[in-house]
Amino acid sequence: MSGTSEGYSRRRWVWPAFAAPGIIWLVVLFLVPFYAILAVAMGRMDPIFNLGEPVWNPIQWNPGIFGEVMGEIFGGQLGVIFLRTIIYVAIASLLSLLIGYPVAYFLSRHAGKRKVLYLLLILAPFWINYLMRMLAWVNLLEVDGYVNDALMFMGLLDAPRNWLGGNSETVVLGLAYGYVPFLILPLFAALDRIDSSAIQAARDLGASPFRAFLHVTLPLSRQGILAGMVIVMLPMFGDYYTNNLLSRSPRTRMIGNEIEFFVTTTGGGARGAALTLILMAFVAILMIYYLVSVSRASKEAAA
Amino acid sequence: MSVDVATTGEPIATPSGFQKVRTWFANPWGKPRFLKLFMWLYLLWSLVPVLIAIQFGFNDGRSRTAWQGFSFLWYTGDPDLSVWHDPSLRSALFQTLKLAGATMFIATPIGVALAIGLARWRGRGSKPANFLMLFPLITPEIVLGVALFLVFAYLFQVVDLGTVAQILGHITFTISYVVIIVRGRLFAIGREYEEAARDLGASAAQALRLVLLPMLAPAIWACLAIAFAISIDDFVISYFLKGGAATETIPTKLYSGLRLAPSPALNAIATILLVLSMLAITAAALFLNRLRKREGTKGSAIEELARLDI
Repeated sequence: MSGTSEGYSRRRWVWPAFAAPGIIWLVVLFLVPFYAILAVAMGRMDPIFNLGEPVWNPIQWNPGIFGEVMGEIFGGQLGVIFLRTIIYVAIASLLSLLIGYPVAYFLSRHAGKRKVLYLLLILAPFWINYLMRMLAWVNLLEVDGYVNDALMFMGLLDAPRNWLGGNSETVVLGLAYGYVPFLILPLFAALDRIDSSAIQAARDLGASPFRAFLHVTLPLSRQGILAGMVIVMLPMFGDYYTNNLLSRSPRTRMIGNEIEFFVTTTGGGARGAALTLILMAFVAILMIYYLVSVSRASKEAAA
Repeated sequence: MSVDVATTGEPIATPSGFQKVRTWFANPWGKPRFLKLFMWLYLLWSLVPVLIAIQFGFNDGRSRTAWQGFSFLWYTGDPDLSVWHDPSLRSALFQTLKLAGATMFIATPIGVALAIGLARWRGRGSKPANFLMLFPLITPEIVLGVALFLVFAYLFQVVDLGTVAQILGHITFTISYVVIIVRGRLFAIGREYEEAARDLGASAAQALRLVLLPMLAPAIWACLAIAFAISIDDFVISYFLKGGAATETIPTKLYSGLRLAPSPALNAIATILLVLSMLAITAAALFLNRLRKREGTKGSAIEELARLDI
């Protein structure tokens, strides 16, 4: 027995060899592209064509454009855009939590026999293209669309409102609508893992349902809440399309819009790359937190 | 000692209407009416706009806000602007399918091999490799889009922006999803079957080919379907790596069309995309269900898909 098991592990190169194509792929098309962002952001300006040129050797890096962008963030137009992005994302992700928590809670505790049906309906938005979901709202929010019709019918509006003309509310609600399903799933998984006997014990010891929720369920779902919030905040910080489709105005510009604009504009590559780096640094904290919490959760599950 | 609540001496009577309301307010969670109502309101909010969008793809007129009757005008009817006759929409449909076909057949084998390798490999380097595999899943898409755009523009200049770049980009973020799905199956299967085959004299390659791969087969089919669905659903990577009008996909076409010239044809082509996604996901769910039945696990594949923690 032990002989075969040793023989099994003797050829150590077998398993790394299986992993090799995937690892090489991710190094060449994931890590190297990241380095390219750095090389372009720290690159030099071609004085004749005014085009950015990447510098691959870190010793020759020139932080000029980087510094320029940082200066505009602290005390310039970019600062306003950063602040706006943070506010939008904060409100939209909190809104997602307020909408998503009751849904995930109902699904894990009270869905009963219909659980699969509910899950199916909750999963549906994942496989409906994001752009189609935004297209749906663009149609509804047009000046002569159903939303204005409904609000005027109910007497909440006197005249049709131009929802798509640069309203912060529209963009924030659009973000929440777009990403809330991504929050519900990790939250549901966390709530579903809670041993219902813990809640039962609290109830038996005299806690009201509300207190049992507050002191047992809520703390036990903390991990899921944080993971869900991170999962929706990451794409929200880099979102440019929701904004461009639902607002059509520079009044609601976010970081994502700036990045998309500069990267796709000739000569803007270096600025776009510098902004991308700053965004990366910004969300890196969230990403690392998420990875650590996932690996901790999987260790607990394995134990 | 237990305290009996019934000994407080109050007479047990049928509750009056007022009492009903009172107990309901005291404990609205008894039967979760609020929650159930909330759930259904959420589902309506989440899905009805999309249903209306589907409906307007069948509108018998140019309007996207007023219903003018049912027709296939925007699918095949209109000689210039329907999905079938507008060359830009038709090419977007074929480009989407082309990218998804290439992506699923390249990303799946690479991902399956990576998952097997990472699950069995215990040496130095396996930990960083695991982290590297997770990063594409949580990197904001815009960052990966910019990174790939810059690398193709400045470093890998042999690859022009366009179809090949788009395929390479799609594969890059699809591999990780394949790994996650297969890794879950590998943990469920364990190493016992393989080791039994080895004890009975199979070589490592035989154990893999004759034991492990057949056990993984349904999961691999599911991965193909999911890779297809992920690719046709992608917007950001296709957007940054497109090279001209011929390489627009349905999602990028929806984006530019909505900004420039919206028409119900966009609703129609979005509906086609929706149907393709649903077919792929249904196929994936069926494969996963078959696996669960074979292993005698309770529940449905839907629950498993929902618990798929990244």
